[in-house]
Amino acid sequence: MRSRWSYVYFFFYLILGFVLLFLNNDLDNAVITLMNIIMVLTPLIGTIFGVMYYYNSKEFTELLLALPIKRNTIFMGQYIGIALSLSLSLVLGLGIPFLLYGVFMSSAIFNFGLLLVVGTMLNFIFVALSFNIAISTENKIKGFGYAILMWLFLAVIYDGLFLIALLLFKDYPLDKFSLIATLFNPIDLSRILILLKLDISALLGYTGAVFRKFFGTNLGFIVSFSMLILWIVIPVLRMNYVIRKKDF
Amino acid sequence: MIEFNKISKRFGNLQVLNELDLCISMDGIFAILGPNGSGKTTLIKCLLGMVQPNSGSISLNSKAILGKWEYRNELNYLPQIANFPGNLTVFELIEMVKNIRPKRAEEKALIELFGLQNSLHKKLGNLSGGTKQKVNLILTFMFDSNLFILDEPTTGLDPIALIHLKELIKLEKAKGKAILLTTHSISFVNQMADEIVFLLDGKIYFKGTIMDLKQQTNNSDLENGIAELLAKHYV
Repeated sequence: MRSRWSYVYFFFYLILGFVLLFLNNDLDNAVITLMNIIMVLTPLIGTIFGVMYYYNSKEFTELLLALPIKRNTIFMGQYIGIALSLSLSLVLGLGIPFLLYGVFMSSAIFNFGLLLVVGTMLNFIFVALSFNIAISTENKIKGFGYAILMWLFLAVIYDGLFLIALLLFKDYPLDKFSLIATLFNPIDLSRILILLKLDISALLGYTGAVFRKFFGTNLGFIVSFSMLILWIVIPVLRMNYVIRKKDF
Repeated sequence: MIEFNKISKRFGNLQVLNELDLCISMDGIFAILGPNGSGKTTLIKCLLGMVQPNSGSISLNSKAILGKWEYRNELNYLPQIANFPGNLTVFELIEMVKNIRPKRAEEKALIELFGLQNSLHKKLGNLSGGTKQKVNLILTFMFDSNLFILDEPTTGLDPIALIHLKELIKLEKAKGKAILLTTHSISFVNQMADEIVFLLDGKIYFKGTIMDLKQQTNNSDLENGIAELLAKHYV
């Protein structure tokens, strides 16, 4: 992708990494702060980049469609291209300052590695979701609006609704409900995944605690990880299905 | 031989193609005519696989092509509106298309023919409509295929480029290639086409040579003949 923005994004993470390490002076703390930023930011950037790229390269796509290439190849190429370049920005941008700080010498290496893996998965999830929105919406402005709404919903509103539901039904056992509700939000899911690994009970929150009680740390880890993979696979499958039937 | 067999396509409530049957032989110049919105471009896009018809089948040289993609290497397509990515230069675009198609390309002579040597390193976003159309033509004609599909090839071209285009088409025809084109320019049809199809409301209204059309409408002039065809419809 010939995009200035992926460099901007890369430098943003680079600076963020350095600043966090400088201020915190402690790897574990920096990882936690980073997690909170990544959980909100990567989905947002993935969403915006995905929609923007799709609409911007529409002409280009039409040109390619008349050439002897399979449709799925064109769109999967675009999808993987953008998700990969965003993930590279993330991994390199954060990796370099942490490497310089000596993350390999410390015990935080696994936590940090997991953080990058989850961030990468969030990139792939949200680019796939935004591609889905873009191919189903002809109107650029509408598509952009829906995509931002989706992000807002999953990143902010979902938690709010969740809390309200918990308050309203506090007289009932809510373990199963909250467990299932968490699975349907990739952002919550990745947060729990990381917190399970970090083993910081104070930050787990209600859903995290339920999660751990229900699954135990290891099983919880596997369940949330495979759910994240499903969150990538299902949108990608739908994308391929819609593409096959779409008119240009 | 291109065969359209009972092709139907609707966009929402709009029935663009209605059980259309059409047979096109693979030599000479074949022009598809019709008023705006009569389904010319949709028909061509069906052939290219860009639009999926609701029903019917299409075959090229007696091979079914719907849902396939390899056959697109055997044809050259000129889109109606030249939408190119604005951040590429002409040169980069040509190189990229050459990269994608597993076929030898001869673009040098064409670039000279249309006088684009000086625009090669300009960004496509900064080119005028006519120049973009020239780039479009180069991308189409630089490959050697048996079938050329040209959607409104004359749009935006200056008279000299138009003459060059006609020469190019005649040259390909002389090599035994088939050319399928849509246009609104009657004089272009009059000079170039061997056979014409008149499309109206997603159906074929007339198919035959220019002579046939003139005879059928008792007109010595093609333009009036077509106007008469249309007038019958509008009454």
